[in-house]
Amino acid sequence: MTELAKNTPETIRASLARRHRAETRFRCYGIAAISFGMLAVVVLLADITIKGHGAFRQTYVQLEVHYDPELLDIDDARDPAALLRGNFQAVVRAALRDRLGQVSGRVEHRAQNALVSNGAAYDLRERMRENPDLLGARETLWLAADDDIDTWFKSRGGEAFTGRISDRQMEWMRALEADGDVALRFNADFFTRGDSREPEQAGIGGAIMGSLLTLVVTLALSFPIGVAAAIYLEEFAPQNRWTDFIEVNINNLAAVPSIIFGLLGLAVFINFFEVPRSAPVLGGLVLTLMTLPTIIISSRAAIKAVPPSIREAALGVGASKMQTVLGHVLPLAMPGMLTGAIIGMAQALGETAPLLMIGMVAFIVDVPTGFTEPATVLPVQIFLWADSPERAFVEKTSGAIMVLLTFLIFMNALAVLLRKRLERRW
Amino acid sequence: MSPVNLIITLLLLSIVAHYLAHNRAEALARPLGGIRHLHSLPFYYGLRSALWCGLPALALLLLWMIFDDPLTRSLVLAGMPGDAVPESPAQRGLLLSTIVNVAEGALPPDGLSATVVEAAQRYQELRGLSTRIVSVAAFALALGGLAWGVRRISPQLRARQEVETVLRWLLLTSASIAIFTTLGILLSVLFESLRFFQSVPVTDFLFGLEWSPQMAIREGQVGSTGQFGAVPLFVGTLLISAIALLVAVPVGLMSAIYLGEYASPRVRNIAKPVLEILAGVPTVVYGFFAALTVAPFIRDLGMQLGLSVSSESALAAGLVMGVMIIPFVSSLTDDVITAVPRSLRDGSLAMGATRSETIKKVIMPAALPGIVGGVLLAASRAIGETMIVVMAAGLAANLTANPLETVTTITVQIVTLLVGDQEFDSPKTLAAFALGLMLFVTTLLLNVIALRVVKKYRERYD
Repeated sequence: MTELAKNTPETIRASLARRHRAETRFRCYGIAAISFGMLAVVVLLADITIKGHGAFRQTYVQLEVHYDPELLDIDDARDPAALLRGNFQAVVRAALRDRLGQVSGRVEHRAQNALVSNGAAYDLRERMRENPDLLGARETLWLAADDDIDTWFKSRGGEAFTGRISDRQMEWMRALEADGDVALRFNADFFTRGDSREPEQAGIGGAIMGSLLTLVVTLALSFPIGVAAAIYLEEFAPQNRWTDFIEVNINNLAAVPSIIFGLLGLAVFINFFEVPRSAPVLGGLVLTLMTLPTIIISSRAAIKAVPPSIREAALGVGASKMQTVLGHVLPLAMPGMLTGAIIGMAQALGETAPLLMIGMVAFIVDVPTGFTEPATVLPVQIFLWADSPERAFVEKTSGAIMVLLTFLIFMNALAVLLRKRLERRW
Repeated sequence: MSPVNLIITLLLLSIVAHYLAHNRAEALARPLGGIRHLHSLPFYYGLRSALWCGLPALALLLLWMIFDDPLTRSLVLAGMPGDAVPESPAQRGLLLSTIVNVAEGALPPDGLSATVVEAAQRYQELRGLSTRIVSVAAFALALGGLAWGVRRISPQLRARQEVETVLRWLLLTSASIAIFTTLGILLSVLFESLRFFQSVPVTDFLFGLEWSPQMAIREGQVGSTGQFGAVPLFVGTLLISAIALLVAVPVGLMSAIYLGEYASPRVRNIAKPVLEILAGVPTVVYGFFAALTVAPFIRDLGMQLGLSVSSESALAAGLVMGVMIIPFVSSLTDDVITAVPRSLRDGSLAMGATRSETIKKVIMPAALPGIVGGVLLAASRAIGETMIVVMAAGLAANLTANPLETVTTITVQIVTLLVGDQEFDSPKTLAAFALGLMLFVTTLLLNVIALRVVKKYRERYD
């Protein structure tokens, strides 16, 4: 009674104001939390984009190249052995000398030669392999600039990064630019080439191919097995210890750290079954085990969503249990299962840690073409480049991340679309 | 014949079996007056024969693929003169891989002893022989199965039941793979860990305060006996996870509450998918972000405040990991909050409580077990997270609780110990499996407790 007696209109009004302030404060915490999350998204994406957008463009220098047979030391451009021996580096150097003038001293020579990527020589060789008539001819080409030059040229707008290039090189580049012989162009090599120690020659083509091969294996194994497991657990499993045990295991596997699956792959697949190291087939096996719980859980949800009336109708007209499930429940649950599979694949595409364990971190220059060839995948390529000391690799890494995120966004959008289009509501 | 070709041939044979059996069933039914006099539809007769044709042969092939290599290797070793085979298993493995490399043409045979070259030849012969044997055997099995399957067909044969039984077993096998995976994980980490604990006592590993897993390359080397005390790793893991949870739990919790209770549908429709982006970003991207953006930022900030911050501080890794876990916490919180019955909320509001009072005093207590479960799951995820710490945390095993210093974690050490070439028997690589065992057991415990708490709580309101 004494407590109530104290509740005069004044005290209530005072406490009400206090309570409303608490309410406002609480609401502000909520807004702050949401803002923090949104800010994190924006900062993360903006940071990657700012760092990485340059990776899609590369500085090229226009030079007139003379395929001088004497310099090249090639008599017959149709002879592959002669082509391999040919000194294309000298041709590039001569072109630079002709364009920028003779310099004296080793340092200056080296500075001049370092303007253009040393991959340019390989490109010239490839051109001649395709067109042997080029021997002795002249042509004007855009050649990729060296990564230090490229970094400097791209960063000139703001705080120019001049750490690794000399004043003389800058002078040359300005002169070339004044004549319109330097340009930023779309970097197609970035998408088609394999890894390289030279940033301007490194591409994500090999990693994309490796990711693709790995995902094909993962999908081919995890989708059928996952769907079969879901069907069994939802439609056939008797209520006994074995099925309970399976359920507990699936739920736990979904939360086991991914690196543990790498240990499993190392101990079981590599050391026991002797699956070739670094191969997409091995990566696919490990990722299958990792994504199975995701696919099983979403497939079960899709099967659960099919109303019992469908089953009863099928059973009612004399279908067996198996016929009911495979002929009626499964097709109706398929869109939901596919959605789950795509989300599982997106998860597998972004996964890095278990693949480090099974040797997919090797430095691989060639674009893989088969399931048992050594390969690396996109996230691992990102990891490798992030470790590289060259400044130009920061840009490449961010560019690769942008490509990876684009794939992931595309896959998730596809899953959402599929769910909206095909999923039926009863 | 290569396994891939063999599998393709077997599949083609199965199709042939299906076709033959289908036709035979129809032919049998015709004099009787149509397929309704058969026990099952012709399709099932076809499928039954196809299964008989394909499955046994495929099973044989699978067994062969598993056991072929070890068997050939031991045969090759047994065929070598006794004095050419070294005693220690490690050297034997080295010899074997030399032999295999020579046999496969990866290594030029010049300069190697005659016994090795001979063994390589023998290896090649044995491989060829076993491939031939298995090809013939698989074919014989497939053809036998086909013949048997087609000949057994009669109108009374319960083909559908047989096929459905096989399918059921296939479904059960698929479902059981989860168990085999768990078993595989457990056995692989356990076995290697036991081998590790033979050379390093368990107590030294669990309670040792020094971690420097360098082993002597040659005997008597100075300062490289290897210290395997894992306490600094446990502390480092806990430190980074704690920072991550300090970020993720309040932010995740509050954003779930705000989106669920306060936000207008318009805000919700924008904010929810944006926050979910955080869950879809691969961890390697967070690692890059932490190492190249957040860590230098924190270091510079610390310098301005006069603090010395390591460029691989636990704070940077923890912060970014926290950001990664935000959507995880918020979606779990969202689930449990929406599971609280409407009536509790309405009752509290009707009594004159403000919204925040309702949330704090009615919904939160009711949802607490679920939220605790969610936090435990988030903790297990933070402990097991690898890429962020590999890229942003350090390698030096400092025993410190200072978030501005460099610490290392269990997962970082597993990766550094196992990436690259290593021999498989040294305590250094085995230590990684011991760490893996700790990681597996810890996260398993956290998950089991969390799932149980969440489940128990859900049952209360259903």
